Amino acid sequence: MNNDTSHINPLENEAIYIFREVAAQFEKPVLLFSGGKDSITLVRLAQKAFWPAKIPFPLMHIDTGHNFPETIAFRDRLVEELGLELIVRNVQDSIDQGKVKEESGKYSSRNSLQTTTLLDAIEEFKFDACIGGARRDEEKARAKERIFSVRDDFGQWDEKSQRPELFDMLNGQIELGQNVRVFPISNWTELDVWSYIEKEKIEIPSIYFAHKRKVFLRDGLIWSHSDYVFQEEDEEVLERMVRFRTVGDMSCTAAVFSEARDIESVVQEIRDSTISERGARIDDKRSEAAMEKRKQQGYF
Amino acid sequence: MGLLKIATAGSVDDGKSTLIGRLLYDTKSLTTDKLEAIEKTSKQKGYDYLDFSLATDGLVAEREQGITIDVAHIYFSTGTKSYVIADTPGHVEYTRNMVTGASTSQAAIILIDARKGVIEQTNRHFFINNLLRVKEVIVAVNKMDLVDFSEAIYNAIKANFEKLMDKRDYGDQKITFVPVSALKGDNVVHSSKNMPWYTGETVLEHLEGLDMAAVSNVGTPRFPVQYVVRPKTEEFHDFRGFAGKVYGGELNVGDEVVALPSHTRSKIKDIYFYDKKYQTASRRSSVTITLEDEINVSRGDMLVKVDDLPTVEKQFTATVSWMDSQQLTAGNKYVVQHGVNKVLAKVEAIHHKINPDYSGIDENVSALGMNDIAQVSFKLNKPIFYDKFKEHRTNGSFILIDPQSNNTVGAGFIG
Repeated sequence: MNNDTSHINPLENEAIYIFREVAAQFEKPVLLFSGGKDSITLVRLAQKAFWPAKIPFPLMHIDTGHNFPETIAFRDRLVEELGLELIVRNVQDSIDQGKVKEESGKYSSRNSLQTTTLLDAIEEFKFDACIGGARRDEEKARAKERIFSVRDDFGQWDEKSQRPELFDMLNGQIELGQNVRVFPISNWTELDVWSYIEKEKIEIPSIYFAHKRKVFLRDGLIWSHSDYVFQEEDEEVLERMVRFRTVGDMSCTAAVFSEARDIESVVQEIRDSTISERGARIDDKRSEAAMEKRKQQGYF
Repeated sequence: MGLLKIATAGSVDDGKSTLIGRLLYDTKSLTTDKLEAIEKTSKQKGYDYLDFSLATDGLVAEREQGITIDVAHIYFSTGTKSYVIADTPGHVEYTRNMVTGASTSQAAIILIDARKGVIEQTNRHFFINNLLRVKEVIVAVNKMDLVDFSEAIYNAIKANFEKLMDKRDYGDQKITFVPVSALKGDNVVHSSKNMPWYTGETVLEHLEGLDMAAVSNVGTPRFPVQYVVRPKTEEFHDFRGFAGKVYGGELNVGDEVVALPSHTRSKIKDIYFYDKKYQTASRRSSVTITLEDEINVSRGDMLVKVDDLPTVEKQFTATVSWMDSQQLTAGNKYVVQHGVNKVLAKVEAIHHKINPDYSGIDENVSALGMNDIAQVSFKLNKPIFYDKFKEHRTNGSFILIDPQSNNTVGAGFIG
């Protein structure tokens, strides 16, 4: 396979352009930061867009409380090192306030509960633009997503009346109460992100690299053994060499068997992989339209 | 390795999604889990073949109706290039999506059903690609398997299409014909054994061979200022950088520039990309420029070379592609977004409507409906700095925003 990454240059320039449009067109933008590779890449791109000035908006993490501790430690260190402002809003608070109900059972996850916490936070801070690391190659409903994607008062995405996006021109005009979800790395693929992380020597949380972890197997997926993940008694705990290809809530992110301990071997592994990234997202397996439905409700 | 953006065009059931699915499948770009999902759903639907359109039609309504409603972006990569395909719908009522898809593409694939030949929709597809000055067009004559891979039928379709080419406005477009069967995989990625009479390249071979510099529309350098970077830190106390993207040619340190609309002159002092300085800002790079003099430049202004000025005007006439259900009529007011610059505009007159099937023009038109294309003149509250679309794809185009709904309601190409 070819290791030439020059096709990433136009993508990087496009992303920087989008960041500047956000800063110029909106009053209160925020960068949605999960501590995963895509949002870490966004932070680097934002640094590039505004250098030598600081990134002119805060980061916000909608914390499910079921995160990998490695991710949270990484998040806090990054924010401190770059002198950024971090807002954290907790799904647990939404549960305590009775706004959402914790799922129960074998496939329970807090992933979809994030939507309520996110929408509340948008209202609390009056954010008019929320920048996210979603890519169109991730999932079928994402493939239809605009770069500037208007959401109504209820945070809802109306896939049938999206604004056309022509040339480089991004229309960020909205009414009070609406907000725009912005996806600067829309046109990147998973491999593009990894190649960029390698090229730019960007630091990422350790769980992306192969490590020994207690796991169990279900439905052909590797689940983390943890207090947050429901496990049947007959599901045996194994210790295996694994890494994560995508990082979300512990209850919705499956691991892959891997020996890749550094970024070069991770990139090689992704190149050789015959499974898509979302193949390890448990929440997408719920139905063929799982993502589309979540997006209509305001999921980022 | 370059990044090539492609738009597809074809009527309903011409097999656009199947062609894209075939490209993905034959280049081994479909992952096992996606392929398994396609196999499973194809079987559920009772098909005796793999329905590759399932790889691209992402919305529930699309799968229900078996049609593409909205532009989907599909990605794949070979050893030679990375590809982004804007899969645009073929329905007449979605012409606006075709314009949208073609606006960001350097190449287009127009599909023709070999059983139907060149139809009115084909004229429309070609017209739009020509209007948008897409440099490379592949005409894929699809479903050759359903016409016994007949060379005579292919040649007749080709001859019919070539008649259209005499009517086109933009002559520099390169047109390549390929007979294919997307369903069976003939001449998409692999050469067809069923059509030994065709000795040309397959669709993918042709795309792989495209010279990236040649398919890009290069004009004269234009630097619209997106954002003024003022760090106000101790280290960069007096730093005042103009952030933007270079369109057209390139800019160099030392170049004498004019800031529009003020017409103030200065020289490029430094060109930054992140924390590094460069001698040259090349085409499409998102750089930050500092100037020798303290001149007043803000978002929406434009830096250009002193000997290469665009037109600075408060009025213009353009070809408008209307995209909204609310009609455009003379006297209406819109926001014109030209690059990053926004001005208020009033529709002065609709001169004539252009039939996108090359059948001529309608003179007496008082309003434009969804998917209409017409010559319209505008009066602006502030000047913009434009080039003609045929000379500069970026600086000659704009979008129209309805100030009431905030929607993007039209696209324009300055004539």
